[in-house]
Amino acid sequence: MAMEVTQVLLNAQSVDSTVRKHAEESLRQFQEQNLSVFLLSLSGELAGEDKPVDSRKLAGLILKNALDAKEQHRKYELVQRWLTLDMGVKTQIKACLLQTLSSPVHDARSTASQVIAKVAAIELPQKQWPELIGSLLSNIHQVPAHVKQATLETLGYLCEEVSPDVVDQDQVNKILTAVVQGMNANEVNNDVRLAATRALYNALGFSHANFSNDMERDYIMRVVCEATLCPDVKIRQAAFECLVSIASTYYEKLAPYIQDIFNITAKAVREDEEPVALQAIELWSSICDEEIDILEEYGGDFTADSDVPCYYFIKQALPALVPMLLETLLKQEEDQDLDEGAWNLAMAGGTCLGLVARTVGDDIVPLVMPFIEENITKPDWRQREAATYAFGSILEGPSPDKLTSIVNVALNFMLTALTNDPNSHVKDTTAWTLGRIFEFLHGSTVETPIITPANCQQIVTVLLQSMNDAPNVAEKACGALYFLVQGYEDIGSTSPITPYFQEIVKSLLHVTDREDAGESRLRTAAYETLNEVVRCSTDETASMVLQLVPIIMTKLHQTLEAEKLSSDGREKQNELQGLLCGCLQVITQKLGASEPAKYAFMQFADQIMNLFLRVFACRSATVHEEAMLAIGAVAHATGPDFAKYMPELYKYLEMGLQNFEEYQVCAVTVGVVGDICRALDDKVLPYCDGIMTQLLKDLSSNQLHRSVKPPIFSCFGDIALAIGENFEKYLMYAMPMLQSAAELSAHTSGADDEMIEYTNLLRNGILEAYSGIFQGFKNSPKTQLLIPYAPHILQFLDSIYMEKDMDDVVMKTAIGVLGDLADTLGSNAGSLIQQSLSCKDFLNECLSSDDHLIKESAEWAKMAIARAISV
Amino acid sequence: MAPHDLRRPFKRPAISDQQRRRDLSLLRQKQNRLDAQRRARCLASSVLSFQSEPKSPSQEQSHFELELELEIEPDAEEHQGPATTYDVRQASKLRGTEARRWFAKQLMLPEWMIDVPPNLNTDWYVFARPAGKRCFVVSSNGTTVSRLRNGILLHRFPSALPNGARINNVSRSGQSYCILDCIFHEPDQTYYVIDMVCWAGFSLYECTAEFRFFWLNSKLVEVGACDTPSTFHKYRFATVPVYNCDQEGLQTAYIGPVPYVKDGLLFYNKHAHYQTGNTPLALVWKDENCSEYVIDTDSKGQVPNQQQLVLELQDDGRLATSDDPSVIFGWLNEDFIQKTGLHAGNLLRFAVNDGGLSFVDGKLEKADLQYLGQSNRARAFADSYSKVMFQYIVRHSPLKIEHLFASIGPLGDGDIASHDVEMAA
Repeated sequence: MAMEVTQVLLNAQSVDSTVRKHAEESLRQFQEQNLSVFLLSLSGELAGEDKPVDSRKLAGLILKNALDAKEQHRKYELVQRWLTLDMGVKTQIKACLLQTLSSPVHDARSTASQVIAKVAAIELPQKQWPELIGSLLSNIHQVPAHVKQATLETLGYLCEEVSPDVVDQDQVNKILTAVVQGMNANEVNNDVRLAATRALYNALGFSHANFSNDMERDYIMRVVCEATLCPDVKIRQAAFECLVSIASTYYEKLAPYIQDIFNITAKAVREDEEPVALQAIELWSSICDEEIDILEEYGGDFTADSDVPCYYFIKQALPALVPMLLETLLKQEEDQDLDEGAWNLAMAGGTCLGLVARTVGDDIVPLVMPFIEENITKPDWRQREAATYAFGSILEGPSPDKLTSIVNVALNFMLTALTNDPNSHVKDTTAWTLGRIFEFLHGSTVETPIITPANCQQIVTVLLQSMNDAPNVAEKACGALYFLVQGYEDIGSTSPITPYFQEIVKSLLHVTDREDAGESRLRTAAYETLNEVVRCSTDETASMVLQLVPIIMTKLHQTLEAEKLSSDGREKQNELQGLLCGCLQVITQKLGASEPAKYAFMQFADQIMNLFLRVFACRSATVHEEAMLAIGAVAHATGPDFAKYMPELYKYLEMGLQNFEEYQVCAVTVGVVGDICRALDDKVLPYCDGIMTQLLKDLSSNQLHRSVKPPIFSCFGDIALAIGENFEKYLMYAMPMLQSAAELSAHTSGADDEMIEYTNLLRNGILEAYSGIFQGFKNSPKTQLLIPYAPHILQFLDSIYMEKDMDDVVMKTAIGVLGDLADTLGSNAGSLIQQSLSCKDFLNECLSSDDHLIKESAEWAKMAIARAISV
Repeated sequence: MAPHDLRRPFKRPAISDQQRRRDLSLLRQKQNRLDAQRRARCLASSVLSFQSEPKSPSQEQSHFELELELEIEPDAEEHQGPATTYDVRQASKLRGTEARRWFAKQLMLPEWMIDVPPNLNTDWYVFARPAGKRCFVVSSNGTTVSRLRNGILLHRFPSALPNGARINNVSRSGQSYCILDCIFHEPDQTYYVIDMVCWAGFSLYECTAEFRFFWLNSKLVEVGACDTPSTFHKYRFATVPVYNCDQEGLQTAYIGPVPYVKDGLLFYNKHAHYQTGNTPLALVWKDENCSEYVIDTDSKGQVPNQQQLVLELQDDGRLATSDDPSVIFGWLNEDFIQKTGLHAGNLLRFAVNDGGLSFVDGKLEKADLQYLGQSNRARAFADSYSKVMFQYIVRHSPLKIEHLFASIGPLGDGDIASHDVEMAA
């Protein structure tokens, strides 16, 4: 048997596909026939010193894949499968794995260490394999360097795979001691030192207790800092990776080391090889991330004690940090703008500079201005580009007061550069910087306008011209235009853009037709800008928006006519269809929002729907989602007449609701069902059995992303409101689901912010469902059917009120439900309501709320309750 | 062990237009939903035309047909409702043993109180149990039927309950049926309603006792079921006064005057749903002051010298109580079973011998039993564990009313908790 396995494993890597497929099939059969023997053979193969390295590696890989999978369901199955395996078999496999760590063959050791970590991830939480860590640690002291290396690697994988709470502190201490000793400069073997350093990266998550102990922390930090100076570049890089992780995980412990950290990083940024230098910059970016978060929390609530205080490391380091980052800006690569995957010193430095600006605000401006002034007119494009990039990077963070005067001076210069600079790289960064100016310093909230009637025409002209430039420049110009028009989002009935509207639309359409629009994301940028132009347009230009409809429809039609595409061509076609559906959606939503435009738009409705239905025949998730969103907008605009599309549309709705994997599609479809309910009202009834069945299945699925569940509950409300008492037959299914969800979401104690946010979304969905159901049954002879549910609903309201952690949205919806309950059940529920907490304290709190929506709902509830209890 | 990708977004807006399209759609949908809600609540004036639009007869017709066509096919496993709710109307048509068997399973059976539950004063109601026959009263299809705990028909009569007589159901549909949990009190020929399970077609199974009692009290009077008997209302129904189980409530239930003969006290947990079969969330307690029947009597009405109990013989010869899961009191050997011709399912009567019942850690370890014979054929169930225990402690060290008062007295749980708070402060 064993001989056979070796050959099969080798065959499975054969270049001859027939041999390979046959071998894969044999392996599959073997696994199905006898899993225990299969896994045993693999572990024996991996451990076999007389076996070829390739078969050993593949044996280990298959073992690893038998223990873990990306997909949660599969992962769970594999874990259960392993746990139920015969204890003796498992013991043998584990012995083989541990034995392999001593193999002279590197690949075998390395594969074994990964498999061991996977087994540990399953067994340690079950309190199984308690001797594992001890036996690994005993390896460290007695044996040759390659075993030490493999053992450290194993500890590293183990820390990556296993949750810290299943390893007790005593063992954590021993692991850390072994790892840090392995990193120490006394360790002469670089392979050992590298494995130890990489292991520490993963062990950091286990080290909270040790980082709280001054002596232990000092020791770890000293060893890590020393390792950043190691002659071996891989070790230096790994050590910096540790430092980056420490900076975000243990920000509050950094103070004693920050000076050393600065010295080490400055040296690395200036002198070391790029992979190391990039990590050194990343360290400061990470500290910025931490301080931005902390300061944002300060800003949000002055009275609350923030957990972690801000140590203002960036502010203190500013005088040295900024010059260091500015230097990096001059280290651009040629054509970096054309390479999607590029990431170099200049890019990392500029990005970090932008984060520093957001962290310290105004203070950065005087430190950067001299660099800009000195370099922006230099003959070397690197200097001009670096200066422009520096300027663009600091536009977010400092106050408009500080920046406006500078920007006013710079704007003209930038417009000229965008037109005349001979270097494409400079033009790219200039257009991007203009976009940043419009994004952060232009709009209704900015006091002193940057764009005036005097310069508006010039700006538009330059940007439109620039759209004929190289694709990467044109793309940035589109982006700048995006933010330019966005600044006029809530301008009122007259927009400064109106005079240029036609020209802008024409130019953008022209860009989408460029031969090279596929490069640098140009076509996408053009459509996105067109969308924003439409969104921010006013009634003055409604007729021009309407003219866009047949143009976009024609383009969409063309994509549907294309035949026999290569897979690459199909992908591009899907992308284009997505963009066109998105554009039609934006147009529909815009025109649907104004009565006169809506009627004009309706002439296209049949054709548009026809196109969308054809788009559904294409099987791309993005396209599906975009078309679905667009259909929601059409339903909203069309109203009851939308019924005529339902017979054909229905199956696609069903498909969308069944799409668990691409949950965005499912979520969007749920939203569109709501649109359709409101459009069709009770005409949606014939489709409700199918829709409700699907929604109920969605709710019971643990495969579906949880974010879709709250909207599904809201959708119950939409349906109930549309079909009224006909919702009766769904009550017995919907109500228990709502009740159990309500019980789950009533209490949040111990939850983190993210969980509380989700809980509030869930509560809101549940409450919207109740609202819709009560209002749907109002004035029906069947209201009595709801009476049995009233106590639970009131209890739910009381308990979320008591919990004191609902947000304003939930508060509004909740008090509305109280009103709806009283309104629909009337005197039937009068005394029940009077016994509830909600009708007193909660109602009073809402009545005195500053939020007018809460107040409005509360006043309505008060009235409804008064009526209910007066009878 | 790959460290995180350190590339950050470069020259890109943080939010994609696609996300923006999604967000704006959601915003629109949210606004539309808000508008729809406001319309429903008649807060916006635009609604009136919308809502008062009369439905054409053809529309009505089509709705009706659609409803007939589209019976949802539920996934039976996923969405099981309380089956009892939906069988009642069919069950009311059952006859003979079928009916007996069905109804016998529908009552909520209080356990006997063998120790005092915590939070008696906050979470429980108490009321005096009327002496009489526990029965289910079902009104449907213009008639009212009462059945005893073992399913045997007690009365068939017209009543003022919804759909309980041919006269008053003109406007009611077949759906409109009621199920009441009652005790028929012979002396005044009155059905005392101790719980309400269904009323006018909607189920109260899933409602808390708090709600059921509230509903019972408001609805029963409303329909005239408590009126004096007449041609179309043969028996009077009455409610029993229910009290919060605090000092005063317990006192009133225990010694307060009621228009019926008392047979012990019933305690109902306020939050419990109506649960068929034995439940510890409803409890019965008795002593000589509030019941004539504290200690079980034999068929002649005499208190036997030894406690007697009824157990069910199982397949393997074990002797079980009616609880779920049942408690095993012992077993009969095969020879004995064969000799006496007993078989599984038989209800057997035993006497407790001098050895009594022994307990280890609160669990029954050993019972000294003597076989007396098969039990009365009218019995549907074996005794419950709590009943046997209650009978046992009544004969040895009864749970007295003083114990009940003590548990809700000034030394009750709530007060102890508040002491803690003071000490901590």
